Amino acid sequence: MVIFDQPNDKPLTDDYIKHQYEPILPKKDEWPVVRLSKGRKEFIQQVVASSSEKIKNLTGNQVQALKEELEITLYKERMRIKQNPWLVDPDDEASFWSGVKSSLLSIGVDQRLSESDKKEKYLEILTAITQRYAEEIASNFKHSHYKMTRRIVTFGFSRLLNTSRVKGFKSIFSNQYSLQDKIQIIGETDQLRELASKGTIVMVPTHFSNLDSILIGWTISTLGLPPFIYGAGLNLFNIQIFAYFMNALGAYKVDRRKKNQIYLETLKTYSREAIQFGCHSLFFPGGTRSRSGTIESKLKLGLLNTAIEAQRANYQAEPDDPGKVFIVPVTINYHFVLEAPSLIKEHLNYTGQERYYSESDEFSTSYKISRFLVKFFTKGSDISVSIGKALDILGNYVDENGKSRDRHGRPIDCKDYFLTNNQVTVDLQREEEYTKKLGKRIAEEFHKINRVFSSHLVAFTAFQLIQRSNEKLDLFSLLQLPEEDIQLPFDDFKAACGKVLVEIKRQKEAGKLGIAPHLEKPLEEIIRHGFENLGMYHAKRPLIRTEDGHVITEDISLLYYYHNRLDGYELEKIV
Amino acid sequence: MDMNWKKSFDARPIGVIGIGSFGAAIANLLAEKNEVLVYARDEAVVQSINETHKVKNRKLADKIKATNDPEMLCEACEVMFPMIPSSGFQEVMVQFAPYLHPYHFLIHGTKGLSLNLPEGKTLENITQINREHICTMSEVILKETVVERIGCLAGPNLAKELLEHQPGATVVASRYNEVIREGQRLLRSDNFQVYGNSDIIGVELSGVLKNIIAIAAGALSGLGLGDNAKGLLVSRGMVELIHLGNAMGGGTKSFLGLAGIGDLVTTCNSTLSRNYTLGFRLAQGEKLVDITSDMEEVAEGINTVKLIKLYLESTNRRAPITENLYKVLFENFKVETALQSLMKYPIYTDIDFL
Repeated sequence: MVIFDQPNDKPLTDDYIKHQYEPILPKKDEWPVVRLSKGRKEFIQQVVASSSEKIKNLTGNQVQALKEELEITLYKERMRIKQNPWLVDPDDEASFWSGVKSSLLSIGVDQRLSESDKKEKYLEILTAITQRYAEEIASNFKHSHYKMTRRIVTFGFSRLLNTSRVKGFKSIFSNQYSLQDKIQIIGETDQLRELASKGTIVMVPTHFSNLDSILIGWTISTLGLPPFIYGAGLNLFNIQIFAYFMNALGAYKVDRRKKNQIYLETLKTYSREAIQFGCHSLFFPGGTRSRSGTIESKLKLGLLNTAIEAQRANYQAEPDDPGKVFIVPVTINYHFVLEAPSLIKEHLNYTGQERYYSESDEFSTSYKISRFLVKFFTKGSDISVSIGKALDILGNYVDENGKSRDRHGRPIDCKDYFLTNNQVTVDLQREEEYTKKLGKRIAEEFHKINRVFSSHLVAFTAFQLIQRSNEKLDLFSLLQLPEEDIQLPFDDFKAACGKVLVEIKRQKEAGKLGIAPHLEKPLEEIIRHGFENLGMYHAKRPLIRTEDGHVITEDISLLYYYHNRLDGYELEKIV
Repeated sequence: MDMNWKKSFDARPIGVIGIGSFGAAIANLLAEKNEVLVYARDEAVVQSINETHKVKNRKLADKIKATNDPEMLCEACEVMFPMIPSSGFQEVMVQFAPYLHPYHFLIHGTKGLSLNLPEGKTLENITQINREHICTMSEVILKETVVERIGCLAGPNLAKELLEHQPGATVVASRYNEVIREGQRLLRSDNFQVYGNSDIIGVELSGVLKNIIAIAAGALSGLGLGDNAKGLLVSRGMVELIHLGNAMGGGTKSFLGLAGIGDLVTTCNSTLSRNYTLGFRLAQGEKLVDITSDMEEVAEGINTVKLIKLYLESTNRRAPITENLYKVLFENFKVETALQSLMKYPIYTDIDFL
């Protein structure tokens, strides 16, 4: 009889301990991302070869199908260039694609070419396209930039922080507060550090704000981990300040406008090869920022799929010492999301069609961001980053040694998921199903490690009460109610908050969510804290307590947005 | 039997877990092309299979071997077919779980449901159940084991006819194409056609829910009613099955396939069906306890009606045939009374699910 140890039943800790983390790989030459950027050229060639091969297989190695694929891509690219040009687009874009067009035409009409010659020519075009895409996607990590950025972030932010908190003339030079007081990193930090030297980490955070990438970058470096590579929306490179940070942090570029098969395959190949190379990676599996304010429950599976492919490829390539891929869910918890007003507006206007990415939100210029950062650090509004337990590629928990464990603590060999007749086999349909399963598991973990703040509690309760008192209205009519018509008696509101809080604490005990320490204070104080912090920088406040003892809102859509953070816990039954 | 299976077989055998009438039929089908190793809990059954190639007077192919050691079965087989009644399914999976690995394929043939209640709750003290409290057998496997590549068999597969080598067909449903392909490769023969379906929940529910209608059909015949009534029941039963099946996560298309309509028509007309027989005897005035006590194997429909009734109440759904059948089975309603209330039921639309 085997005695099973239970490595995974420790609850996510809420007791934050400020911690100094030593780097796990002190020498930068050992960083996978540095090794990757040194071999950038070869790496890109490998991506090109491997993605061209994949497209070839997808078209069944048929000349006609390949030709059609190229034509569709050409058509889509020309449409994109015409309809939705961006600042970051390279100047030679139009000429490259007209080159593709004329090559396609000339192959089509050339009578002298045999079928196999034609195929050769089409494959050449395919390679040229994947080459272009791979170059564009590839990250441009420079260690000196990385160091610089880290210094700017840490130094700049802590100056701002200390200016605001430590009063007096000397404040500018005070080091009393560091960024770690402002942004708490909680959860399975030790396991993450441990596993980062044992395998390849794929970190999957929730995504609410454009600030997330910087936050996560900072978190990774604070934890002493080598830099991660990650796919950042190309649109962010339109903004210079972001472009600088992103390049420094090992970001590769994801262009959401390009929806053609060849691009998508090149992107996925890039990601897969990088994971296989041992580069820790970061995906925002929600795809884009959550428009409605809910925690992602439907995840984009494309990039997630590459983690599974990479794991399988590792078993094929190095049967004796296969690198293991660990999936680490992370939630970022705020009182306040800068872009909330435009995100929720977009969500409510959502027509059900995929639309081009709107560029007009609060993060559209460097000026607006700088102004926000100053505000953010000079007023108190805390952020916490919760690191979840690491999962294997099927969503099983892994122990501190990186070994997968089933629900009963029995060890699982992940290789077995890819075996038929004792051989590792490639079955894309199988891996697609595995990806769906992993996506579901990640969403579950998000809900478990999500950390409830006072502001979430008050927003949720208030919106539920408003909905309750207008039961006949559907959501959209409710959101169109004039704000002056809405008010809640404070005592009712307080009582309801109390009930929701009890349920939240019950769920916390059951391991279904995490809570911030300030929720242990008396209810009255929690509510005051919540009101102070809820969307504190918005021009219109989602919730206000009036002097005559009522609770009112200045912007019900915003209130709805913040309320959604607690969607999916069945708390509405409690109010 | 020797612990080392390699001595007993030329190739990797296919496993069959449980050797009731359907298990025996599938084992024989599998034995046409493969080595087969059967798991049975009972030592006497194992012995009788290994020595006389018989189980309860059913003839098994000579090459079929048996064991009562789960570890050995899992060691020897990559593909296994659990063929156990739903009431014992979970227990057997718990027993097998330590020996199962993600490389195993499990293709089950159980047309029943299993309750999955929070700790401390039983059917007696719980007032509300929702979908997550009711598991199909593939969901039980997922819950209790690390096996991912799961399939199910469903369709008009009356064990007796299969054992007589009569022509027939089945559906192998799985989210994984490789499982469907493997099921087809193992089972397909000149006399037996195997279809594939990726909607495993829909196919499982087809097999489960049709049992309710089969009991009702048996009851109609037991009352001596004619074919008009039967036609009415089968068609309204189909509507109810789809209504319930959709609510529980199955796709309409699956209910219209071999595992849905195909199986429904078969069981509603066959005296070989346990569920049909149950209904028939009820209508003739026998008591439920008396019928179940002298049936050789369980009629899955009884448990299904019980669970679905609770599910309906908890989710505010109506399903008139199931509700009335519940009254007949558990509240001493007369079949005639139930039939009358069905005839008065205020629904006048023929089809509303397409």
